Amino acid sequence: MTKNVMIVGVGGQGSLLASKLLGYLLLTEGYDVKVSEVHGMSQRGGSVVTYVRFGEKVYSPIIDKGEADFIVSFEKLEAARYVEYLKTDGRIVVNTQEVDPMPVITGAAQYPENLIEKMEALGVAVDAMDCLSLAEEAGSAKAVNLVLMGRLSRYFDIPEEKWQNAIEKCVPAKFIDLNRKAFALGRDSR
Amino acid sequence: MKQLMLGNKAFARGLYEAGCSVASSYPGTPSTEVTEEAAKYDEIYCEWAPNEKVAMEVAFGACLAGKRSFCGMKHVGLNVAADPLYTCSYTGVNAGLVICVADDPGMHSSQNEQDSRHHAIAAKVPMLEPADSAEAYEYVKKAYELSEAFDTPVIIKMCTRVAHSQSIVEPGERVEPERKPYEKNIGKYVMMPGNAIRRHPVVEQRMEKLTEYAESCDFNRVEMGDTKLGIITSSTSYQYAKEVFGENASILKLGMVNPLPVKKILDFAAKVEKLVVIEELDPIIENHCRQLGLSVSGKDVLPITGEFSQSLLAQKLGVDPKEYKSLGEPLPARPPVMCAGCPHRGLFYTLARNKVTVLGDIGCYTLGAVAPLSAMDMTLCMGASVSAIHGFNKAVGQESEGKTVAVIGDSTFMHSGMTGLANIAYNQSNSTVIILDNSITGMTGHQQNPTTGYNIKGDPAGKINLEELCRAMGFARVVVVDPYDLEECDRVLKEELAAPEPSVIISRRPCVLLKYVKHNAPLKVDTDKCVGCKSCMRLGCPAISMKDKKATIDTTLCVGCGVCEQLCKFDAL
Repeated sequence: MTKNVMIVGVGGQGSLLASKLLGYLLLTEGYDVKVSEVHGMSQRGGSVVTYVRFGEKVYSPIIDKGEADFIVSFEKLEAARYVEYLKTDGRIVVNTQEVDPMPVITGAAQYPENLIEKMEALGVAVDAMDCLSLAEEAGSAKAVNLVLMGRLSRYFDIPEEKWQNAIEKCVPAKFIDLNRKAFALGRDSR
Repeated sequence: MKQLMLGNKAFARGLYEAGCSVASSYPGTPSTEVTEEAAKYDEIYCEWAPNEKVAMEVAFGACLAGKRSFCGMKHVGLNVAADPLYTCSYTGVNAGLVICVADDPGMHSSQNEQDSRHHAIAAKVPMLEPADSAEAYEYVKKAYELSEAFDTPVIIKMCTRVAHSQSIVEPGERVEPERKPYEKNIGKYVMMPGNAIRRHPVVEQRMEKLTEYAESCDFNRVEMGDTKLGIITSSTSYQYAKEVFGENASILKLGMVNPLPVKKILDFAAKVEKLVVIEELDPIIENHCRQLGLSVSGKDVLPITGEFSQSLLAQKLGVDPKEYKSLGEPLPARPPVMCAGCPHRGLFYTLARNKVTVLGDIGCYTLGAVAPLSAMDMTLCMGASVSAIHGFNKAVGQESEGKTVAVIGDSTFMHSGMTGLANIAYNQSNSTVIILDNSITGMTGHQQNPTTGYNIKGDPAGKINLEELCRAMGFARVVVVDPYDLEECDRVLKEELAAPEPSVIISRRPCVLLKYVKHNAPLKVDTDKCVGCKSCMRLGCPAISMKDKKATIDTTLCVGCGVCEQLCKFDAL
């Protein structure tokens, strides 16, 4: 049975490291894995999505509506944007940070209110937390990706030391401690 | 050891292992990483050429000399390289020549979604189409053998979902093929009419032999399942088809999409009750089947535009789609934007303010067309800004000369803006061309180019001086401005538009994302002074927004470029 994780956010928020970590971990766990990324124009501050799929044999590199077991979102509006991709019994792990898109900045649109409540009202599991503060606590606002991965790890049947090992393999040496701390904060808070 | 590899990286690994020695490419999403990854192997000489035509001719020269060579590009790049492609089909190769072309169905980062298979058909060269990273890796190695066995360049067609997806590859070792001796052969390599006339039949015979090869080669394979439905497919469409139908259909997966087999398709068709061709973009396999007299379904149910996906196939081919829940309210879109501190912003603000007609080009700066700047009137293809302004001004003369500009990036200018500028110099239109020199090829992810002074490996290289180049073409008016200085931009733009002769404005400041560019402290809004006039909002900077009727700056994005500061009349920034 193929499992599907979507990582969504705003271009430049660091989703490539998150998918690299997840891909490496799942490969070492013996799964067939596919990871699909977006490069080029859509990366420039636009809405970005990365698909991670794993199982015995994975065919399609992308995840479609109603297929994601997890949506990991770097930003609240982006979680809402992709909610249709979630299985009806799926789970959203979301950083509650708000990043205004250009139509909101120019005043052409409003940033929608109560998005977390609206997503919960659909009956899907929503695990919302302020990952930015936790990342800053770990030492850098850029570590939001590892806070999110830490949180996601709670729902995986993979021992924590294997995640820690993957961090060691995927992150440059000088950032390992920072990223481990961010991962632990995401995994253990509340 | 098994590795998770990007399709493009797997392609590069294939080049390495096949003993490729020379690679010359021009960057273009989604093809760029093939050459970037190949450049990490010391055994392969790699370079960024000024454009795809040059790249293909370099690769051709290298294969002629007897070394396996490569060039890579995106789909529209193959249009630029079509000239050498169509004729090196006639000359054939000496050592193997492999060409990567990466299509972009769905246009994630492109100006059109043309189907590159048409080029392979028209140029009469074989085209392979891998469906994942492992196939990309394998196909490259086999492509060199094919190239040498059939004396032809071989195209490998990637697409966004194969190029930019990671899947499992098990790499092997490099083989070092012996250099093929170069032997003078005027009849084969000098394509003047008398020789080309004799080469064309050779090409046609080669296609016949390749069609025979296509019948039995292992690029094309049958996976029998339920015989009620037979699917002929290739590339990423194969993955979607397997996802939806699994064993509930029989599949003919084509890894070689030009030339297409005949007998193999007829045999497969005879074994199944109903036949569907699943291919993105144009109905090439489908039309081939129809020519064979087969009754097939294809574009009658599946779209000719955009990308496919598993749920699209399910929906169109009568399989129940997955259930999902919807928020049921429209959400604000998040289109790509120019980065905070992008040097292009100040220049485009100046163009918007002066209400000039802007003939644009291909690069990050195409985002100058997005609201609130909306400072672009046209974007066509690489280099078209410079050529089109000449036509625009020749057509209506003084009516447009003083209020029309062409904007083009440094890399795009080197690619094919220079020739348009030569036309302005030669045929004399009073045109104003702005070169947005951010010292890098930005959109594709920071590749060096002939104006940056560095090569693909980041080592010092030749550096073309844009000012001297323009002056040498005969432009007396060449002015350099700093796009962070709005007053200077405005003054220079007005002066050059008013001048009675053609001019070039070079708007010069390095891309803010370059590692060596130092950022200033983020700006702060003095909320006592801010009156909420929204002057700063006209820049469309993602770091500035309005909160409680006052401007506010996102300190995680702001790089302190100070452009908004120049717009604030109340000294609040």
